[in-house]
Formats: sequence, structure tokens, C-alpha cells
Amino acid sequence: MGLEKFSQVSGRVVVVPGNDIDTDRIIPARFLKCVTFDALGEGLFADDRKAAAASGGVHPLDDDKYRGATIMLSGANFGCGSSREHAPQAIRKFGVRAIIAENYAEIFFGNSTNIGLPCVSATRESIQQIAMAVEADPQIEITIDLEGEVIRYGDESVALTMRDSARDALIKGRWDTIAELLEGAEAVKATAAGLPYIASTD
Amino acid sequence: MSQSLFEKVWQAHAVRQLANGQTQLLIGTHLIHEVTSPQAFGMLRDMGIKVAMPHRTFATVDHIVPTDRQTEPFSDPLADEMIKELRRNCEKHNITYFDLGSGRQGIVHMVGPEQGITQPGTTIACGDSHTSTHGAFGAIALGIGSSQVRDVLATQTVSLSPLKVRRINVTGTLSAGVYAKDVILHIIRTLGVNGGTGYAYEYGGEVFDRLSMEERMTVCNMSIEGGARVGYVNPDAATFEYLKGRPYSPEGSAWDEAVERWKATASDADCTYDDVVTIKGEEIPPTVTWGINPGQGISVTENVPQPADASSDDERQSIVEALEYMKLPGGEPIKGTKIDVAFLGSCTNARLSDFQEVAKYLKGHRVADGVKAIAVPGSQIVGELCKGLGIDQVFRDAGFEWREAGCSMCLAMNPDKLVGDQLCASSSNRNFKGRQGSPTGRTLLMSPVMVAAAAVSGAVADAREVFSVKN
Repeated sequence: MGLEKFSQVSGRVVVVPGNDIDTDRIIPARFLKCVTFDALGEGLFADDRKAAAASGGVHPLDDDKYRGATIMLSGANFGCGSSREHAPQAIRKFGVRAIIAENYAEIFFGNSTNIGLPCVSATRESIQQIAMAVEADPQIEITIDLEGEVIRYGDESVALTMRDSARDALIKGRWDTIAELLEGAEAVKATAAGLPYIASTD
Repeated sequence: MSQSLFEKVWQAHAVRQLANGQTQLLIGTHLIHEVTSPQAFGMLRDMGIKVAMPHRTFATVDHIVPTDRQTEPFSDPLADEMIKELRRNCEKHNITYFDLGSGRQGIVHMVGPEQGITQPGTTIACGDSHTSTHGAFGAIALGIGSSQVRDVLATQTVSLSPLKVRRINVTGTLSAGVYAKDVILHIIRTLGVNGGTGYAYEYGGEVFDRLSMEERMTVCNMSIEGGARVGYVNPDAATFEYLKGRPYSPEGSAWDEAVERWKATASDADCTYDDVVTIKGEEIPPTVTWGINPGQGISVTENVPQPADASSDDERQSIVEALEYMKLPGGEPIKGTKIDVAFLGSCTNARLSDFQEVAKYLKGHRVADGVKAIAVPGSQIVGELCKGLGIDQVFRDAGFEWREAGCSMCLAMNPDKLVGDQLCASSSNRNFKGRQGSPTGRTLLMSPVMVAAAAVSGAVADAREVFSVKN
């Protein structure tokens, strides 16, 4: 299928701090009224951004110093809540190519992997170090090396972790499993035949 | 070897191992709705693929449906486009669709059980995180994203890694005025909003043995709020009694065979779990959330936390952020907090027994001046049952608006929304920032009876006092 292989992702970083950032904040529900994912980028963190502006501040996504960043850095339990794939889709449509966070909610992580948006984990200390480096120099380029399992920035590097199945799938360009699932059609039929509730209807 | 229900059901549905090390897992029942399926059908169209098992795919419309009047066309053109798209896709692919005119439409997690589609020992997937609701019947039921909806449509399978299993025992009995909603809010408060990541939650113990199927659904529904993608209760006599005679339940000898199979899927008494947690039923209070995630709950008799109460920097930060958003002082009792809206509905608490229980106490009470109170049955069937029992009239007499079936104010994809920074006493499942449709709207999660107590008091109240709730 020729899917993109993610052995490394490099770019500048936008820091979106906080823990338990839920998918309602990532993409508020009103943006879910659509039949395609095409226009989701503008809805990314829409209410947080508006609230920041209203209080005289600026949300990191609107902060000039982060403009053009392609890697998002955040806290723990990122993407909790709703299963809406609209959340990782909006992040990608906005131009983000990878996320670094302490850890992720289960469904969000799976959804992101399935659309080729690598979500790597790093320790809280590592994330703080990267955030400080970005704060000191927002132009700093960082590299997420999935193969080497490290994140490099300047002369520094910190370890990253990622579930083996996801890491392997992203590196080898088989994060979208549809082709392989389709190949199993005969085996699926055999399994279904052994389950009366599936086999008996129709 | 002894196994848990999760292991047995997983094994029975495991097709093969994939190159990424995950399992190709057969999904016996696929539930779809208007929000997360159109993109998947679009991908199918682009690939030129048909739906693999239309007879195991069931659809309804819930998120975008207006609840004041379900008549089409909807005033919101986007919502109107979404229902038409779903209808087109179901027709084209020969999928059973419980449409508005069917008398069986409702929130997808209510329709499955009502129709007897949700059965023990099965795997169920739906593009909605509250799919865990169906685990109440002893199914592995999980929320998936739209790309996985595509996978299930195209192959009836997903690529997935097995979960660990945490057994959560709730022992003893619940006190008067304490409900299934309080049980799950207490579990999430205790284990944390991400405590369940990587786990399926198996709920059991004396309290669960006695809970009705509808109450078990309330608990399983919010598993994901504790980070667990799957939550379930082992099937028992209550499960079989609920399912008997439903439209999609087996009949005759097939019924007897099914019951034997279902019994065998329950976890073996001596199976081992990856983790076991025990909670005393007597220690669970009527619980109210005060913050911006479902783990930020307290007893209705407690004070809202303040930053000084925090035991870590993280917690301090999250208290500060929550208090600021919620515009609550901290350190003050949650009781007495003025509310603007009372919402009784959602896939967590919009079943017949929820409305019955509230109606028992609501007679003779009036919704407080200045409070907008809405009661929204989760399905057309529940709406009809309530009408038949005169329950809708009890709510109307008390000053509630009685609505038609849908997700309503749980998630702000239909006209039911908070306005400005309104504070809502809500029987729904999420109190995230902006969840109920206003970017500054505020949500307090609680049981339906507590919602009613707040509605008639105009403020958060202890339902045990307001309604003299006794055992």
C-alpha cells in the first residue's frame, strides 16, 4: 500500500501544557457535525484558544513563536474521553506530525496510530527538559527517533517509549491494518462459523 | 485452566495474529450512528469495498437529533445532512437502521440492549467511547475510532492487543439514596481517570449481584471515564431474564442453548486477575463532581477541595485549574451551590428505572424558579413506557420539560446546550470544559435522584434530606 514509514520525525515543537487534556477540548463537539474529516484543523482546541484570547493571553497554537511547529508536547493522559477520531484528525490537519506526552488515553492512542500520527511517551522530567529547551529557543529542532527510541534536541537526548506493536507498525509503514485485515477474510469466516450468534442470523 | 470472561470471549473471537503482534479480533456486533460512521463509509467507497457482514451491523441516530421535536428536516442543515447520509449508507449496504419513525430509535447504547442485540459472550464495537455500556451483559464491548469503524465494516474485525483484567469487587450493600451512578463515580474517584488504562474492568461482588441490568449498564457505561476501554459484569439470572423475549433474542430451543453458552462464558470462580480492588458498598456516598474531569468527585456532604488540600504539585495544579473554570471558591460545601439547569438523560442514566426512581420522589415538588429542567428519555421505547405509566406527567407537573429520545445535553451536538457559564446538575457522564455546548458552561455529575433534588432546591442538595429517602 506504500504507507509512510516513520523511522524519524523532526520539527519544531509547540508546548500545550496540562494533564488530562480531553478530546472535547481538542475538538469541541460542534465541529463533529461533518461527514468528512477535511475541515477539522480550524477547530483544534477552538474553545481553549478563544478563552486564552478573551483573557488577554494567547494559546500556544496561536503564539507566533511556535508558528510552523509540527510536534506537539503535552502532559499525562492526553486524549482522554470521547473516542472521536476527529481529535487526532484535527491535530494532523492542523499540521502536527507527532505528539510527545507522558502517556495517552487508550482509544486516542489507537486512533492516532491508525492514521499515522505517532504518539510517543517520555518521562515527566524529559518532557520538562524539552519544554525548557523550547522555551529558551522556540526555533530549536527536535527529532523523534522511533528506531533508536530517543528524542534528540540540540546536544541533548532523552529516552522515548512506545508500545512495540505501534512502534513497529509506524517504522515499517503498516500502521493502517486494513489491507492485512482484508487478507484474513477466509479465517474470519471460519471463526464466525463457530459462533452461533454470528452464524445463525441471515 | 481457569479463565476470566474477558479471556474466554477474546479467545473465541481471535481470528489470527497480525504482523504487528496484535490480534485480528472478530467483532460479532457492530453498532453505528451518524457521527462516526460517514467518514468510514466514505473510505469504503474510496476503496470500492462492501460491508462484510451487514446482518451483524445495526444503526440508529442519536447525537444530532433535536429532542423538542424530532420532525425533519432538522433546523440545523449539517445535522440534516448527517441523518440523510446515514440513511443512504444503511440503504445502500442493507444495514438494519432504527430510524426516527421506527419507534425503536434511541441512544445507540440503549437500542442494543432493548432489542436483545446485546448478548453475553459476544464482542461489540461502536464508534463511541460509551460502548462499554454493553459490557453489563457480559460482552467485550469497546469504543473505536472511525478508521476502525471502516475496518469493522470492511472485515468485521479490528486489530487489537488484549487488555489486562482488573476485578473490582463492591462488597456489602449500598446505603439509602446511593445509586449505581454513585458506585461508578466513587470507583473513578478512587482509581483515577487514567487508572484503568490498559485494563478491562470486571465489576462484581454482592452489590453488583443485586444491581438490575439497567443499573449495571450505568456503571459499565462510565468505565472509559476511569480510563478502562472495556467494563463488564458476568452474566447471571438477571441478564437472562432481561434478554428473554426481546426482538433479537434467541427463541425456543435456541434460547436454552444460548443460556447454557452464556453461563459458560462467565469468569471461572478460581481464575486469576491482573489486579483486584475491593470497595465497601457502605462507604460509597451520594457523589457529586465539582471539577472538570469525572474523577473530581466528592460526597454531597463534603467541601469542595482547595489547593492547600493537594498532596502533590500535579493535584494542586489540577485543583487550581478546575476551581478557576468552575468558578467555585474551594473549601466551601458543594451543597448549596446554585444551579441554572437540571439535565436528566444520556446513555448513562436515561432508562425506565431512572425515570421511575425519580418520579417516586418528584410528586408534590416543583422545579425551583429560574432553573431550566429537562428530562430526556434515552430511547423512543423508554419514552413510550414512561407515558404508559404516567411518569412523563409527573415530570411535567413538577416543571420539567419532557423531551423526545436522543443524546440531548450530554454533548452539545444538537440544540440542547448550556448558555454562557450556566451550571448544570447533570445525570450524564462527562464534566469536561465546554462539554455541554458552551465553552464556559459548567457541569456537575450526579445520580438522577440528586439531579431532581438539585432541580427542586435550585442548588446542589442532599437528595436524602430533600426527599426523605429511606431504605
